[in-house]
Amino acid sequence: MIEFRGVTKQFPDGTVAVEGVDIVIPPHKTTVLVGSSGSGKTTLLRMINRMVDPTAGQVLIDGTDVATVEPVALRRGIGYVMQNSGLLPHRKVVDNVATVPLLRGTSKREARAHALELLDTVGLDRSLAEKYPAQLSGGQQQRVGVARGLAVDPNILLMDEPFGAVDPIVRAELQQELLRLQEELGKTVVFVTHDIDEAFLLGDQVVIMQQGGRISQAASPVEILANPADDFVADFVGARRGKRALHVTEVDGQRLVVDADGRPAGVLAS
Amino acid sequence: MNLVLDAIAWILDPTNWEGVGGIPQRLWEHLWISAVILLIAAAIALPVGVLVGHTGRGREAAVTVSGALRALPTLGVLSLFALWLGIGLRAPIPALVILAIPPLLAGAYAGIESIDRRIVDAARAMGMNERQIVGKVEVPLGLPIIVGGIRSATLQIIATATLAAYVADFGLGRFIFSGLKTRDYAEMLGGSILVIVLALVVDGAFALTQRLVVPAGVRATRFTELRSRPARPRAAVG
Ligand SMILES: Nc1ncnc2c1ncn2[C@@H]1O[C@H](COP(=O)(O)OP(=O)(O)OP(=O)(O)O)[C@@H](O)[C@H]1O
Ligand SMILES: [Mg+2]
Repeated sequence: MIEFRGVTKQFPDGTVAVEGVDIVIPPHKTTVLVGSSGSGKTTLLRMINRMVDPTAGQVLIDGTDVATVEPVALRRGIGYVMQNSGLLPHRKVVDNVATVPLLRGTSKREARAHALELLDTVGLDRSLAEKYPAQLSGGQQQRVGVARGLAVDPNILLMDEPFGAVDPIVRAELQQELLRLQEELGKTVVFVTHDIDEAFLLGDQVVIMQQGGRISQAASPVEILANPADDFVADFVGARRGKRALHVTEVDGQRLVVDADGRPAGVLAS
Repeated sequence: MNLVLDAIAWILDPTNWEGVGGIPQRLWEHLWISAVILLIAAAIALPVGVLVGHTGRGREAAVTVSGALRALPTLGVLSLFALWLGIGLRAPIPALVILAIPPLLAGAYAGIESIDRRIVDAARAMGMNERQIVGKVEVPLGLPIIVGGIRSATLQIIATATLAAYVADFGLGRFIFSGLKTRDYAEMLGGSILVIVLALVVDGAFALTQRLVVPAGVRATRFTELRSRPARPRAAVG
């Protein structure tokens, strides 16, 4: 379990990126941080592995304040996947995946063998193992990034817009893959996106952030749609005007579900 | 034209390739002193440059110091050191080290700075400590530019080590100074040609090295990279 208690981050230039955040991130579930650009999602995420230190408040992992844990050791136990995969361009795919286990002292042979298994896990062909990152497609690079994040079998996996830079089809594929993986592995996933659809698809808990790094609502997708905390949330999730403002109309005896513009979303099953 | 032919004849004259003060001895001395100077300058400038590039701190100071060192006239510095330290190699070595530091320093910090910050950020987020980031990420990726700095420093050292002969009985510069004294222009020009040829050969070797140290994963895919990456690295945190 990850817990934020009264966490604020003000950068040296005066920008307040996160303000007074209290939130509990349950274990073995996916929590998605969603909000527009600059709302402090990345900052909040990076406080978990101490890539950013809060200026006030505490971040606790299983009750331990991360401020008391040495950052390098902390980071080696937490998976981190970023938007542009962040792979080391001068290392082969398999060596990229094996990087952290090697840092932790696993033997080279064992680390490489495990890396190959992880390529299977994320749905990559082993023939890619000896290639360099720049020889892969964007989607393949992202999968390698996920494999690397899983390499030390961390309890916590941090993902910062991991699918932000791939085309919609690959993106949908990667999302399904992540759902499948999460079913299998049950990690505590903290996932950042600015795409509310992605948030509703992946999140057990969805945290909606607004400018100034405040949390508007943290709840399950169902709850957010049923009871948006305020106008901002209702607008953001499109519950009023967008494609989620659905209603039923009857056409030739069939009950159709249509969105706010009258476009059909489907048929109401009985 | 005649003079050039005379100079070449001088170089090819077997008697100039023999004994004490012959071309082989001077060539060897020249290379040797250049290597010593390069090693000393590199031992000072490369760690400082890498540190500046890694931390992003002290960059202004490095630029200022480099600029100041570059502005010093080497012959003047050499004379000063010679007056202070006396005749021999004690003066030219520090004078040439000063000359070699700016390109080494600039190559080192520019090499490290050239790396996409997102890669460094990811390495840190994975749990590399600062030493590992420098050793396993920044130096390998910045190496082509770092070697570029070593290359231009070496060229300057080889060219300017000629001046060592001004205060010491040492190096290819001997031919130039003694030719000047005795008005033996064939010897003088011959000595210059030897320095130029030496510089070109060493430069060629460095050009090759520079290509070899481009990491395989970066080399293999220059073209795809040019197409798909933004020209300027974006901020690490988006
Ligand atoms: N190192 C920094 N120094 C100063 N300000 C920063 C720094 N990092 C982030 N900020 C600022 O903090 C605010 C929140 O940034 P953050 O990166 O957390 O937003 P985000 O929600 O992840 O945005 P995006 O969707 O664009 O990735 C922004 O206004 C940003 O400019
Ligand atoms: Mg972000």
